[in-house]
Amino acid sequence: MLSKRYLLSCAAATVLGFATPAAAQTAEVIHWWTSGGESAAVKVFADQFTKAGGKWVDTAIAGGPNARTAAINRTIGGNPPTAMQFNTGKQFDELVEAGLLADVDAVAASQNWKAIVPPAILEAVTRNGHAYAVPVNIHGQNWFFYSTAAFAKAGATEPKNWDDLFVQLDKLKAAGLIPLAFGDQKNWERNMFNNVLAGVGGADGFVKLWGKRDQGFVKGPGFRKVAETYRRLKGYVDPGSPGRNWNDATTMVIQGKAGMQMMGDWAKGEFTAAGQTPGKEYGCTVVSDHGGGYVMGGDVFAFPKPKTADVAKAQTLLASTMMAPATQLEFAQKKGSIPSRTDLDVKSLDICAQKAVASVANKAAQIPANELLSPPALTGAVEDIISAFWNDNTMTTDAFVAKVSAALASQL
Amino acid sequence: MRFNLRFVSGRIAAQVALLPAMLIALTVFCGATGWTVWISLTNSRMLPNTNFIGLRQYGSLFANERWIVSVQNLALFGALFIVISLALGFLLAVLIDQRVRAEDLLRSMFLYPFSMSFIVTGLAWRWILDPTLGISKLAHDLGFEAIQFDWLVRQDRVIFTLLAAGVWHAAGLVMAIMLAGLRGIDQEIWKATRIEGIPAWRTYLFVVLPMLKGSFATATILMATSVVRLYDLSVAMTNGGPGIASEVPAKFVMDNLFERQNIGLATAAATSMLVTVVAVVAPLLYWQSRSAERAAR
Repeated sequence: MLSKRYLLSCAAATVLGFATPAAAQTAEVIHWWTSGGESAAVKVFADQFTKAGGKWVDTAIAGGPNARTAAINRTIGGNPPTAMQFNTGKQFDELVEAGLLADVDAVAASQNWKAIVPPAILEAVTRNGHAYAVPVNIHGQNWFFYSTAAFAKAGATEPKNWDDLFVQLDKLKAAGLIPLAFGDQKNWERNMFNNVLAGVGGADGFVKLWGKRDQGFVKGPGFRKVAETYRRLKGYVDPGSPGRNWNDATTMVIQGKAGMQMMGDWAKGEFTAAGQTPGKEYGCTVVSDHGGGYVMGGDVFAFPKPKTADVAKAQTLLASTMMAPATQLEFAQKKGSIPSRTDLDVKSLDICAQKAVASVANKAAQIPANELLSPPALTGAVEDIISAFWNDNTMTTDAFVAKVSAALASQL
Repeated sequence: MRFNLRFVSGRIAAQVALLPAMLIALTVFCGATGWTVWISLTNSRMLPNTNFIGLRQYGSLFANERWIVSVQNLALFGALFIVISLALGFLLAVLIDQRVRAEDLLRSMFLYPFSMSFIVTGLAWRWILDPTLGISKLAHDLGFEAIQFDWLVRQDRVIFTLLAAGVWHAAGLVMAIMLAGLRGIDQEIWKATRIEGIPAWRTYLFVVLPMLKGSFATATILMATSVVRLYDLSVAMTNGGPGIASEVPAKFVMDNLFERQNIGLATAAATSMLVTVVAVVAPLLYWQSRSAERAAR
């Protein structure tokens, strides 16, 4: 293992050394990391890139859809940035099909991504056998964050499975707390549904719904149980939840007003900003009926086809810098994610991240996130149905199942 | 002869001067509209393509529950918004027309909401109506525990909160238009009706109101355009929620165009909106130009 790592870092050093000419290579990077923790994280990339001899030009555009739209429009218009951010998944499919992206096969080969990147993540950046993006991190999307103070007050304990979760929620409710803090917006309604799907339906169910669009699964008892469990959660949120922002919901857990929140690991940034540490003021866990299941999403950077050799060199340098071990660890610390390579010593990360690394090490527990499995159009169509189901108490489980099944079948 | 020549060359010069504007209008408006209609007949996703699939996008559009809800919302919102704004605006104008004291101040106050964008309006009303922040909390803090105002988070009522914000925003503008119309009414008419002993309210209703046809048409068209492009109010106030209860067509188009990478469906929705608008607004415009012609005669 050690010798392998040594070889890898040699390979990385060769790439870096090779790609460091006298003149600085300029890379303009479009991304949407604008909040406090996020900009600290992206600064890690910028600093490491500068150290490696490049010149980082930062184009931060607030809001993922806005940043992606700007980057795509510039790429189609013939004035592409050097690199642009996407979420791990299908967002850049058509750019690859249209031949607008450069592959990063050389970097992938020299750093041996096949051996060190989890298969689902590697697959998410690979099209027709070529790697078209650098997976810079892995975000877990199905965490439960809970206030240890609220749990102590209610006598609740960390939930072990979904039945136990409802026992704990009832305890919190009996103690006069808001059991479940929720920022009730469409995408978080879907995220909560996905959490139930992963926990109750398991990795298998998750992939069957979003990836295989399996009608048999959707019409079967497993999916019904997921839907009913999801509906049951509604009894544990407060009346102020509709329209609330997710980070305001996190604040409710931070203040101990609410017991827990289901959210991705980016919520840790809010706890950190409030001066709280995992394992002390708040706890984190993934609840599953199937012995574990970690919904993995994340971020990638893709590289539009370079117009000059200089740009090509800058792209190679940037790609290898982003995946270099030191960059990966420091970035994950700042971002709250975990590294996208599994060969690192993660003692420097917080205990939630260490739990995540342990989960990801178990291949059976790896669940590719929603956006890795389904195109945005399908995701959106099903999201609307999930949202209607959550909000409209008169919609029956049968109607929900029928609508989801129709949406899966009707996508062009 | 010479006069005629000068007349002709003058017309040519005018047309040459208009040419750039016409070209821009033709290429930008007609060209972009045509392109939108064409893309709506393809299976474009993130990038526009030319795979013709006929009307299938329209099929899935009208099978889409969210689109149907959006259209219903817009119809309900639009009808109530126009009627209430017109009625309220007219009423305010009549009240101010009574030569009240501090007329300038009142006029500015009523017109003031219109100076704010829908985003600001929406955000302010969201805070006002939020059951855990706004008037509901105020009432609770004052001891009125029984008062529960949660329309913002109720699926069956949320559209009326949008309506309240919209009317608040627009009534002042209608008032200004109506007031201008009222001030344009010949004083002789008032004198005549007074001599006849007709009560003021009947004069307003049966004499003045019909004379304000033009003002009503102008106000209606202004209201109608803001109904069609209703987007920011929904985004700022509810983001379409709870669920899909306050979705509107423009938001459907925007979401599918960008976030959902579904250009084909988005352009189909945009085209459907255009067809509806043309069907509704064209007769209105025709009616307005006819009444303007008649007034000129």
